[in-house]
Amino acid sequence: MDTASEVAKRAERADVRSRWLLSAPALLVIFFAAVGPLFVMLAYSFMVKGDYGDVKPGEFSLDGWFSVFFQRDIFDDTVGLADAHLSIFWRSVKLSLITTMLALAFGFPTAYFIATRPARTREVWVFLITIPFWTNLLIRTFAMQEVIRNEGILNTLMMWLGLIDQPIQLMYTDAAILFGMVYVYLPLMVLPLYASMEKLDFNLVEAGYDLYATRLRVLWRIIIPLVRPGVIAGSILVFIPSLGAYVIPRVLGGGKNMMLGNLIELQFGAGRNWPLGAAISITLMAIVMLALLVYVRNEARSGAQNV
Amino acid sequence: MSKRRSFDLRSQPGFTFVALLTFFMLYLPIAALVVYAFNAGSSMAIWEGVSLRWFYSAASNERVQEAAMRSALIAVCAALIATVAATMAAIATTRTKPYPGLTFKYAFINQPLMVPEIVTAVALLIVFSRIKVWTGYSGLGYLIAAHAAFCIPFAYLPIRARLESMDLTLERAAADLYATPWKAFRHVTLPLLRPGIIAGFMLAFVISLDDVVITEFVKSGGQDTLPTYMLGQLRRATSPEVNAIATVFLLFSVVLVTAFFFINRRKA
Repeated sequence: MDTASEVAKRAERADVRSRWLLSAPALLVIFFAAVGPLFVMLAYSFMVKGDYGDVKPGEFSLDGWFSVFFQRDIFDDTVGLADAHLSIFWRSVKLSLITTMLALAFGFPTAYFIATRPARTREVWVFLITIPFWTNLLIRTFAMQEVIRNEGILNTLMMWLGLIDQPIQLMYTDAAILFGMVYVYLPLMVLPLYASMEKLDFNLVEAGYDLYATRLRVLWRIIIPLVRPGVIAGSILVFIPSLGAYVIPRVLGGGKNMMLGNLIELQFGAGRNWPLGAAISITLMAIVMLALLVYVRNEARSGAQNV
Repeated sequence: MSKRRSFDLRSQPGFTFVALLTFFMLYLPIAALVVYAFNAGSSMAIWEGVSLRWFYSAASNERVQEAAMRSALIAVCAALIATVAATMAAIATTRTKPYPGLTFKYAFINQPLMVPEIVTAVALLIVFSRIKVWTGYSGLGYLIAAHAAFCIPFAYLPIRARLESMDLTLERAAADLYATPWKAFRHVTLPLLRPGIIAGFMLAFVISLDDVVITEFVKSGGQDTLPTYMLGQLRRATSPEVNAIATVFLLFSVVLVTAFFFINRRKA
């Protein structure tokens, strides 16, 4: 005879089993077409590159990882830093950081503006931020091209105002990539900022003014500290896709101004060095995972604060 | 109070200006793109009057037609697979006390959101190019599988949210009235869940339709979708035809997103 607790335990086990069965299709699709291939790529990063792309099966080496950061001189075999790769790493990090700061500079006032509208119009403003967010990234990149190309709106406007005589060449520069990334990723900054500003307690702001604080002081000492989780969340949400950007630097940066995404593509295309491409990809993923870890801890902490 | 009337607690100097400027800058490039789609001239540089010529030209371009059909086919298939899988997964991961593997499932389902697209794209290139050689099959199945995978977290989100707002009372009532688990699901859970499922499907559809990077790396020759076709055109001297395609694409997305917005609002 079974005791009641054994029956209950068995029912629970059956429940968990059916829950695994139910989630199996989703887990399998993701394993087959997302997670699994990442492990194959990890293996590829430790293999010998093939002569025409791909790898030589069964031959292992650390060359892929070695050449992420170092290079061997062709003539005397001395080892030096891989300047080309390092400069692209540095450019990617630099451009992503500047993008994040610019997005914050524009996004903070925008989110604050939305959060201080009356409840009914607020929804409309949020909707206006969401629409570009859900429209095609390529189309938005392409739209930015309309603004910054030599005959584009920006140059036409500045020439009409008499600020410049000749169009400024913006396309295919780092500035073009910056324009594009700030434009495309701005909604990712505004939305989390708005989410934390919506909950802002204006009694605290009023208390600040009652104690003779200036506007700037209230902003700096009361508002910004209170919405800090939103600032961190927005910054990371902008930083992560910027670092992995591929379409924007390809369209606006041209062939010369590469970022990590383009360096990876190069190794799988004309570079024919798949192990190196795999190693760079994993490095990029590791940086992103680190940023995500900060994000998750920030979310957990701000969640704990709200309780 | 009255002496305070002129003092707005909430205003910060310059914020409204920057915000309105931001909204303006958010829509100016899109507006420019749309306006140039109506350019009568064949160059991107010079405005030669209004015409629909590039819309006709795009609509009668066979490669554009094929790419549009392919985009739609992939998006429908991928969104269907993703929505069914996500619905099942959402039922399996909500309304329960924590069980072993639950956190693992959350992490696994959201994994496609966490890895940069370019990384997933080259990893898929590695694996799928091998499978293509082994099996000799190089059809649309790879693209559909890849799209389904990154659509699952987007479909999962609204379905899970909907489920979490439902309790088990009605399902228990059905069971008390001798409904089989399937009948209870079919006649109780599913109708209640429908808005979440529709929202999930629409999100997945838009996400699949928009994808550039993964498609660009996974597609075989002659498998351009509308976004990868446009990307390919950008490398050549561009004509307003791409603007015309982008404009129609844009309109379609905006309609979908607006519909999604209203479905979600009615739910709330």
